[in-house]
Amino acid sequence: MSKNLNIMLAGFGGQGILFAGKIIAQAGMIDGREISWLPSYGPEMRGGTANCSVCLSDEPIGSPLVTAPDALIAMNLPSYERFIADVVPGGVVIVDSTMVGTCTMRGDIEYYTVPATQLAEDNGLKGLANVILVGKLLAATGFATRESCEKAIDKSVPAKHADLAEPNKRALAIGQAWTASEC
Amino acid sequence: MGEKVLMKGNEALAEAAIRAGCRFFFGYPITPQTELAAYMAKRMPREGGVYLQAESEVAAINMVYGASAAGARVMTSSSSPGISLKQEGISYMIGADLPGLIVNVQRGGPGLGGIQPSQADYWQATRAVGHGDGHIIVLAPSTVQEMADLAALAFDLGDRYRTPVMILADGLLGQMMEPVALPEPTDPAALPAKPWALTGHHNERTHNIANSLQLVAQNLEDTIIERWERYRAIEAAEQRAETYLTEDAEILVVAYGAVARIARSAINKARGEGIKVGLIRPITLWPFPKAIIEASVATTKAYLVSEFSMGQMVDDVRLVVNGRAPVNFFSHTGGVVQTPEELFVALRRIADGGQIDLVPFQSKLK
Repeated sequence: MSKNLNIMLAGFGGQGILFAGKIIAQAGMIDGREISWLPSYGPEMRGGTANCSVCLSDEPIGSPLVTAPDALIAMNLPSYERFIADVVPGGVVIVDSTMVGTCTMRGDIEYYTVPATQLAEDNGLKGLANVILVGKLLAATGFATRESCEKAIDKSVPAKHADLAEPNKRALAIGQAWTASEC
Repeated sequence: MGEKVLMKGNEALAEAAIRAGCRFFFGYPITPQTELAAYMAKRMPREGGVYLQAESEVAAINMVYGASAAGARVMTSSSSPGISLKQEGISYMIGADLPGLIVNVQRGGPGLGGIQPSQADYWQATRAVGHGDGHIIVLAPSTVQEMADLAALAFDLGDRYRTPVMILADGLLGQMMEPVALPEPTDPAALPAKPWALTGHHNERTHNIANSLQLVAQNLEDTIIERWERYRAIEAAEQRAETYLTEDAEILVVAYGAVARIARSAINKARGEGIKVGLIRPITLWPFPKAIIEASVATTKAYLVSEFSMGQMVDDVRLVVNGRAPVNFFSHTGGVVQTPEELFVALRRIADGGQIDLVPFQSKLK
């Protein structure tokens, strides 16, 4: 079993933050772990910033609200700036560098910068930057197996849009395989 | 129980209510409970049931009154300001001895307040859910699984004691997703008969009446006394609470709903530092689980109550403890959610002999 992981995902409404969180939670569930998924709700959903707390644990989950994330996925600069100070020392930060641009970096956490929005565009996967970043989180933390993540995608795409499973899986693979660039 | 599925608390409660035989839902949308109504709108027609978005909360609760009088399993759901609007109808249901499920996915108040999680309607639910001498049963889930499990219990208790039942949740439980094993479906036709229901009788029996009006004072007193005998039976038989690590505990946290989850995280951390602390989590808020708290008093050095409010359930804990041990209080309100770290700091201070009665608004407890 991989270690307990509290994850914060944050970005603009419409970037697929909640869906990315759902894939992670669903994958944890497929692995038989305790999981929780908690969205920010309210005005955020209507065009502002959106964020989502996901907990993966081998124990029953207490507070589902992640206030000290072990891992942060940031899909825009305001989200990065809002949550970066909360990340635990030794934690993991994954930024969509296409959207975040230049940012001040902390010395005590592991950074992974992925031009996810650009990669999505270049690979004909527009709108799937979120899943590319989940792929990178998978590579960085091993929060689940690749198979569980693919099954999670199958479960998370609406039945009406089952054809979207394949591009989501490609996005996951691109993120997982992506190696380093500077922030 | 089938395979676990990932669902929001609001949706799990809706599905479980249908599986408990509920075929009538009357409501009006309000954040943070709207997913419950939306789920019902999709699912009810497929079960041959009725989903109706009423013109107001007042209309919805009176539709619940009507369907319940006709013997149906029926429910409504709302969030805090909407529950205030339903209070008249709830009082009428109490007065007419009609069961029915009312779900309150609490948000901050008073007034329109906010839309973030709150527990500030505890007094309303347990003390003043409508005018008159009356109570309803109040159940408090703490997980998405319990959002589902308490739905069937609510209908069963309501039918058994002929009383409205409230599930008092909050925005956090309504919005979050967790794995849930849904209960097996119940056939509404297989539920126990309701000989008091207004079903039509073809002149084969005397007619039934569902009414809260009793103009003769003695008759009104008689019905109230009969109802309170049922309340005494409920208090004797239906108190429910979960305990966690209470066996050797010197300090006990009392918290319900989402706050109990935060408390559990804080307790685990405190246990790691050698502080002997446990949790009593009320599941029934009315009847309040007095017996379980009473049994703990002799061995408990101090209590800590935490809520999403300025301090409401803490009154009930203090009534039971009755000065025999300090009852500390720490909370946030208005939609601010206390962190496990804050509760841990409070526990450490109490373990060091300190006392706490704090509701910090601006500053976090450090």
